Amino acid sequence: MARAVSNQRKAINTAVAWIIALLIFFPILWTILTSFKTEAEAIADPPSFLFFNWTLDNYTTVQARSDYFGHFWNSVVISVGSTILGLIIAIPSAWAMAFVPGKQTKNVLMWMLSTKMLPPVGVLVPIYLIFRDVGLLDTRFGLVIVLMLINLPIIIWMLYSYFREIPGEILEAARMDGAGLRSEILYVLTPMAVPGIASTLLLNIILAWNEAFWTLTLTAANSAPLTAFIASYSSPEGLFYAKLSAASTMAIAPILIMGWFSQKQLVRGLTFGAVK
Amino acid sequence: MTDPGRNPGADLGGDMATQHSRSAARVMIAPSVILLLLWMLVPLGMTIYFSLLRYNLLMPGANPFIGFENYAYFLTDPAFQAAIWNTLILVAGVLFITVVGGILIALLLDQPMWGQGLVRILVISPFFVMPTVSALVWKNMFMNPVNGLFAHLFEFIGLQPFDFLSQAPLASIIGIVSWQWLPFATLILLTAMQSLDSEQIEAAEMDGASPFSRFWYIVLPHLSRAITVVILIQTIFLLSIFAEIFVTTAGGPGTASTNLTFLIYLESLQRFDVGTASAGGVVAIILANIVAIFLMRMIGKNLDA
Amino acid sequence: MSLKRVLGATTALTLCSAAAFAQDTTITIATVNNGDMIRMQGYTDQFTEETGIGVEWVTLEENVLRQRVTQDIATGGGQFDVMTIGTYEVPIWANQEWLAPLDDLPEDYNVDDLLPAVREALSVDGTLYAAPFYGESAMIMYRTDLAEEAGIDMPDSPTWSEVMSAAEAMTDKENDIYGICLRGKPGWGENMAFLTAMANSYGARWFDMDWKAQFDSEDWTATLNDYLTMMNEYGPPGASSNGFNENLSLFQQGRCGMWIDATVAAGFVTDPDESTVADSVGFAQFPNKEGVDNHGNWLWAWSLAVPASSDDTDAAKQFVAWATSQEYTQLVAEDEGWRAAPPGTRTSLYENEEYQEAAPFAEMTLESMNAVDTQAPSVQEIPYTGAQFVAIPEFQGIGTAVGQQFSAALAGQVDAETALSNAQTSTQREIDRAGYGEN
Repeated sequence: MARAVSNQRKAINTAVAWIIALLIFFPILWTILTSFKTEAEAIADPPSFLFFNWTLDNYTTVQARSDYFGHFWNSVVISVGSTILGLIIAIPSAWAMAFVPGKQTKNVLMWMLSTKMLPPVGVLVPIYLIFRDVGLLDTRFGLVIVLMLINLPIIIWMLYSYFREIPGEILEAARMDGAGLRSEILYVLTPMAVPGIASTLLLNIILAWNEAFWTLTLTAANSAPLTAFIASYSSPEGLFYAKLSAASTMAIAPILIMGWFSQKQLVRGLTFGAVK
Repeated sequence: MTDPGRNPGADLGGDMATQHSRSAARVMIAPSVILLLLWMLVPLGMTIYFSLLRYNLLMPGANPFIGFENYAYFLTDPAFQAAIWNTLILVAGVLFITVVGGILIALLLDQPMWGQGLVRILVISPFFVMPTVSALVWKNMFMNPVNGLFAHLFEFIGLQPFDFLSQAPLASIIGIVSWQWLPFATLILLTAMQSLDSEQIEAAEMDGASPFSRFWYIVLPHLSRAITVVILIQTIFLLSIFAEIFVTTAGGPGTASTNLTFLIYLESLQRFDVGTASAGGVVAIILANIVAIFLMRMIGKNLDA
Repeated sequence: MSLKRVLGATTALTLCSAAAFAQDTTITIATVNNGDMIRMQGYTDQFTEETGIGVEWVTLEENVLRQRVTQDIATGGGQFDVMTIGTYEVPIWANQEWLAPLDDLPEDYNVDDLLPAVREALSVDGTLYAAPFYGESAMIMYRTDLAEEAGIDMPDSPTWSEVMSAAEAMTDKENDIYGICLRGKPGWGENMAFLTAMANSYGARWFDMDWKAQFDSEDWTATLNDYLTMMNEYGPPGASSNGFNENLSLFQQGRCGMWIDATVAAGFVTDPDESTVADSVGFAQFPNKEGVDNHGNWLWAWSLAVPASSDDTDAAKQFVAWATSQEYTQLVAEDEGWRAAPPGTRTSLYENEEYQEAAPFAEMTLESMNAVDTQAPSVQEIPYTGAQFVAIPEFQGIGTAVGQQFSAALAGQVDAETALSNAQTSTQREIDRAGYGEN
């Protein structure tokens, strides 16, 4: 980016960008602020932005009422577990499609994506019955399987797009040196593929963390993640904005923080082959 | 779509792929295909089977075979047409806002500025918020006509508070969903934009091309593939929007914000009519595939570029 | 399946033997996120201490809860040992043999102390299938200070026209005070609970003896028109998305002159910690139309039931008996005062002088509950039983679809006539499909 830009223009860019960014971020900021208010202050008119009596009461109440860490841990296990399992299955598949494509590769890929269009509510009862019969209801393992299957098409597609960007000459050179299929994957492709895999991993953890239909309908007490935790704070009796805000903040904070810290990695591989 | 062999890796595969590596490739693809086939066929098979039965969870007993009665019942539901339209409007509306908004924000973020990293973090944040939470927050703390922030704002400037969720339910939901997906579109478009050869732009600048024509003739064509990706991925998710509607309007008032997924939900978890819900599920899958084929025809060629 | 049975049997055996040694059983309870239930969660430890039975809570918002438990019990999923359900579900589920009968409650439980109307609503053929945790009818809650200011003398048993003129007099939109707050949020248990009760008190009925829907009748037209007039002219903005909770919050903030809703709300609106208008709330009976001897017939009891699919029926019943006992009431009263005691289930509570003193709404609550006749909710001849609902399995779907129409009418999206004729069509369509009119 060698273009010379005047400071004045840079200042205007900065101002406009910050205003828009803050507007987009505002609902999250407002939720976090409200979580430190009392219920009365949360609905006060005019609303107070910073000058209220900061309190941690809502967090204490929420923690006393529900086992946050249990739900949190379930969310971690389910989202990370389903993503890793998905990667284990998807990496070989995407690699093969990218480097040894057949006539049907594109169609197989499109078919895989189309399985994602299965509306969950339409197949709820079949899945529930199957889960009941094999004893997977309210188990983390069951949810790991379901979420893995739901996101597998996206994982494969992301990886496929990314692998396709890896130049073939490198492979050719490796093969000249007599590298076998396995060492090809292990020593040549893997290092180049890491950014793509990392970003796929991150995106899918986010998708799995936020999945709210299966995680709510297939769980009870043992495996319920944060999406179920939130369901006990929506529209209760009486004033609830502050408590709702505290619960919301607790539910989104882990993934928000993870997202902030890893956004560079997330972005690097988030190309879907869209960039030449 | 027809010629996957244009991958640089694939060129090599064409020449050098031995029988050995082809069968190895098949073995590597097999697990994912088999799993997805099972995931697709078992529930789908059961769904199709259930859709031909009179099967209501609340009335156990023999579930007699009734042919296509469930389909007839679902398709003649007065809410069905509204649901189809709402589904399409919802998808199209969100796509329009996120793609246009995404391009504008990406253009802005691509400019030199102070604190770019922080700005980017703020802009992508909504993507990390779970749909239930975002729907709850928007509904209660912003759109509520008595205690919401918008109501306070309206009153402050001397206007009647506007009751978003009952006066403009679908538009409100489009707004909420767009807020969630705007970051995703922005990120992909920004990544694509940053890969644009800056020399090309400079050359155009030298030739005296206006900023608008530079955008129209150079930037936009370069983005076409990224836009395709955004549209494809978002469509997959947007067709089955549920949590946002369930939390905010419950499909109402009337059927003003009922989409196809929500209509099936009403059959399956309000009436517990598994037969009709299954029929609805099959209808939804067929429609989703029609949309998919339509999409692929229209924009699929971009994906091979 | 057979493998599952074997596994199940083995597990049951293991559990039994384990229970014999140490009482380390754990039961899972699904409940709704209402204030009284959240309070009950707080006392869980006491129950575990007394009995050695561990308790896991699944607390969900009402709609989600209903889906989860219905789904689970209808498929025999067996994920819950105790379910929180209402007077609508109990008879229907008991007839499907999904619920374990509560015919072996301990002696000191004192079943005869339960309010007769509630006990009858939770029984099938004389057998109790669920124990009431708290019960409610409906009544008018109004602001005595605003009434006085407007020069209104609210009778104990007003008619709808008296209510309407009171609403008009109390409305002061400049100061964000709305004469009347009523439910508008679509749902069979939300706006249709209120509108069905209101229609009952207008002399209307859902179905005639041949199961023909009655939304084309004059009674329903009058009901809906009067409801819309009140809400449009004297109601708060956004009423079409207000349910019980939203109205409660509005009333507590002092935005409503009157609120006609479940009697259980009285405990919240008179709670000085939560309500800004706690010491100026008056109570009156659910209104009726002149000449119609019917005050809505609203009866609901959130109750604890044990699904037949539970693998620990005994522990589950122990919990149910504990949470709905007189001792539990005593426990709450000692800890948090009598006003916080779960209302509407036991005669003894209403005979208790301390309660009568602490709860100014006690008398009106009891009167309203005793006035209910669940066998004949309408003054006309009807083929169904019920209250603010029609006790048939299809009602959830039908009621919600009709609720959507009426909510749309309230939002101004359709006019009353269209809403009624849509309701008529969709109800008849559903009821014909279920085959009700055929015999």
